[in-house]
Amino acid sequence: MRIEHWLYKLPLRLRSLFQRKRVEQDLDEELQYHLERKIEEYVAQGLTAKQARRDAIRAMDGLTLRKEECRETWGLSAIENTIQDIRYSLRLLAKSPGFAATAVLTLAMAIGANAVVFGLLNGLILRPLNVPQAESLYGIQHGNEASSYQSYPDYLDLRDRNRSFDGLAAYSITQVALDTGDNPSSSWVDTVSGNYFDVLGIHPYLGHFFHGSDEHGPNSAPYVVLGYAYWHNHFADDRGVVGRVVRINKRPFTILGVAPPEFHGTLLLGIPDLYLPLVDQEQLEGQNNLTDRGNRWVFMAMGHLKAGVTPAQAIADLNSIGSYLEKTYPKDDAQRSFTLARPGLYGDYLGRPVRAFLTALMLLAGLILLAACANLGSLFAARAADRSREIALRLALGASRNRILRGLFTEAALISLGGGAIGLLGSVVLLRALSVWQPISGFPQFHVPVEPDANVYAAALLLVLVSGILFALVPTRQVLRTNPYQVVKSGPAGAVGRRISVRDLLLAVQIAICAVLVTSSMVAVRGMERSLRSDFGFQPKNAMLMGTVLDMAGYHGEAVPAMQKQMIDAMKKIPGVTHVGLVDWEPLGNGSWHGSTVFTDETTDLRPSNAAAEPVLYVVSPEYFHAAGTALLAGRDFTWHDDKNAPRVAVISKEFAYRIFGSVADAMGRHYKMMDGARIQVVGVVEEGKYKNLAEDPQPAMFFPILQSPSSTTSLVVRSNRDPGQLAAAMRTTLRSLDAGLPCEIETWSAALDLALFPSRVATMSLGVLGAMGAILAGTGIFGMAAYAVSRRLRELGIRMALGAQRREVLRAGLGRALKLLALGSTAGLILGILASRVLASIVYQANPRDPLVLTGVVLAMLLLGLLATWIPAQRALSLDPVTLLREE
Amino acid sequence: MSRPTDLVQGTLDLLLLKILALEPLNGWAISQRLKQVSGDVLQVSDGSLYPALHKLEQEGWITAEWKASENNRRAKFYSLTRLGRGQLQAEAANWARLSDAITQVVRLEEA
Repeated sequence: MRIEHWLYKLPLRLRSLFQRKRVEQDLDEELQYHLERKIEEYVAQGLTAKQARRDAIRAMDGLTLRKEECRETWGLSAIENTIQDIRYSLRLLAKSPGFAATAVLTLAMAIGANAVVFGLLNGLILRPLNVPQAESLYGIQHGNEASSYQSYPDYLDLRDRNRSFDGLAAYSITQVALDTGDNPSSSWVDTVSGNYFDVLGIHPYLGHFFHGSDEHGPNSAPYVVLGYAYWHNHFADDRGVVGRVVRINKRPFTILGVAPPEFHGTLLLGIPDLYLPLVDQEQLEGQNNLTDRGNRWVFMAMGHLKAGVTPAQAIADLNSIGSYLEKTYPKDDAQRSFTLARPGLYGDYLGRPVRAFLTALMLLAGLILLAACANLGSLFAARAADRSREIALRLALGASRNRILRGLFTEAALISLGGGAIGLLGSVVLLRALSVWQPISGFPQFHVPVEPDANVYAAALLLVLVSGILFALVPTRQVLRTNPYQVVKSGPAGAVGRRISVRDLLLAVQIAICAVLVTSSMVAVRGMERSLRSDFGFQPKNAMLMGTVLDMAGYHGEAVPAMQKQMIDAMKKIPGVTHVGLVDWEPLGNGSWHGSTVFTDETTDLRPSNAAAEPVLYVVSPEYFHAAGTALLAGRDFTWHDDKNAPRVAVISKEFAYRIFGSVADAMGRHYKMMDGARIQVVGVVEEGKYKNLAEDPQPAMFFPILQSPSSTTSLVVRSNRDPGQLAAAMRTTLRSLDAGLPCEIETWSAALDLALFPSRVATMSLGVLGAMGAILAGTGIFGMAAYAVSRRLRELGIRMALGAQRREVLRAGLGRALKLLALGSTAGLILGILASRVLASIVYQANPRDPLVLTGVVLAMLLLGLLATWIPAQRALSLDPVTLLREE
Repeated sequence: MSRPTDLVQGTLDLLLLKILALEPLNGWAISQRLKQVSGDVLQVSDGSLYPALHKLEQEGWITAEWKASENNRRAKFYSLTRLGRGQLQAEAANWARLSDAITQVVRLEEA
């Protein structure tokens, strides 16, 4: 029935749409025929030709109207009216370009901000890893903390004993030196279990992958798989690389194949250069922990759940393996409980804060959009009020209210489409830039995978539609209530009332929202600024770091400390260098640290539960404290005589001294114990510092002399007043003269802090941008309101001035309301902002919402905004010429 | 669209469909036929006839073609489609129910 209906209807519609002229002619001819017959009839009744014609037309009740009625049935009116509405709206907007530009830009900003934040959310949270059946891929995380590290034997037990996974792969992240023949370069690589690619279901782009069957114990699989990007950049897409032998850490490895371009490893934030077998750990990292059950160094184990196995069942299965491990290996495996997490952001470790931050950001962006809609809504309402005369006239002339509303909605739709298009364009550019951005020097692989996709476009379109409808709804009531008779009679100013209108309420809400944004952005910026000035416990300024991994270059045993001493002495000879020291991992560096359990000297039962503290451990050379700029509070620095033959000594941090010995003075010369029973004597105390991250509470830390706890992975700290670029070049030359084949990474200590500062930098940047947007929106909102208030009451103000009103009174009459709303909204926003900033304090280090500077800052900012935004309307009100004004009306 | 006040809402469609069911006619002839069969009781203004016809055409109930008229001039002739025949039946049945009901009410004797 429906189809047959359209069978008749469609040709007619198409014909009337595309053969408009013919159809019109037909209509004319049809009616003309009728008219002629009628005239003939009247003439036959004895009327004159002229009279017959007039009566015939009268019998039709007017030809034009009838034709219009016929046309309406053609179903074209909707399309035609829309085109007409669009034309009319465009004309109107062109007549007030200021309004149009403000509206479009406001919306572009709001939609753009939302699209960018949604793009981030989409790229980091919503979009699964780029592997087949990502929805069933889970990583194994510890039940009691947001971390996933496993020891290799535990991984093997989990892999072989579970009944829930189709296969369990594991990977770790490390740095190796790759030498393709000419120059060694260091690369970040994923070391992966043999079954890694098979478990993930990845197929090679070129060549083949290694498999579980290739593993036969330590160092048994000298194979390497190249990442696509690395192959593209370093091997120039050479398809002949398969089968070639390259040297990794000076040992031969055969290139098996190239991973597909869309596969970026299983951690969202980085693209590994190479994939190497986990079982080659000794060759790649210089130590073999494959049989050490207590050493949890495997980054993550993951796999696809078997079909029909729920996550809850899998967790129960894993926990039963956990309790087996606890029972079988009580010494190494205490408390093995597990849970499942998405692998992309390293489970909850990164996932939870990223989710929390992005959700908060999305909320703020939503507020921006809401504020923008409120802003545009009140602008539209003001415009509708300005046009009330025109609208009343149209109503009086027979236009339907429907039609007038449709006009308003068309205008809103045009603005929101325009704003949406610009906003989306801007956000796509920004997201693309973000995706190729390398925010952290030293981690060139670190990137934020947020290329916009269909989801982002769809979300932006939805926002455009919703916001367009939202702000177009505001003036609806006004139009529906317009009484043409009243308006035409008394003029637009007749309806000025004292009560609080929807418009006032909108403005107050909008200002409050904007004040929230301004407050939180100020809190964040201030916290960031403070954290940059805060005391790290070392002086990154004027310090250069040179990272080397000696075992990558073939140094072993006694050769390591000998080479380290040589490096220190050589660097010291560079002109301008004041101090040189060595540390295994510099504090706050790359987010990694070592901890160790310590006991008081009196403890005899060295069980973890009896531990006195778990300080961060650093292994340093003599003079490190000078080079790092760490102040020695008591005691002495290490010397080259603190070696294997001397008693074990340590320098501890102030927090360590307070926690275990009560005070700095009490700590000097005292002993404490390590897990293995070794007694360590405290020979010095240094100031407190930041070790793991900027937001941490004071942590105990201890420093061991490098000759007593050798480490082949170290950073040289070189302090000098020389230009960093020159110094780096000099350091490189110096190192070459010692060993030309030793890869190194040289950067300023400040640059090395990028990673530690990254979260608060990102948070501050995004909040700063949102805050600025909030401020702009508040400004345009107040401006619109004030300008409208003045223009609406021009006549009244003119009369007042003519009657001798003072400038102050005129201003109060014209702008009082806008300023009152500003004060009201700002206060509400400030209070809300302070409440909201408590959430911020958990992300941005040292964000303190009760900071007096922030409070005054917000108040000043809003005040300044108010002044700026009311300046032009105030000028207009003051420059009124009552005479011309009254004459015009 | 203004409708003649003396016609019950919607009945114009029924009348037009019924008349066209008998034979294809042009607009003028339809107005003449209406007057003729109803004995001048049903006054359909010339003006409202055409919008109604166009509406029926758009619904697919009638279809139009240009033919020579009875006085050998070109005129637009409307005829019923298969869909229109169904619609006519439905509306006729509807009308029968309605008029029956009204008749019942009108015939009620005062108690």
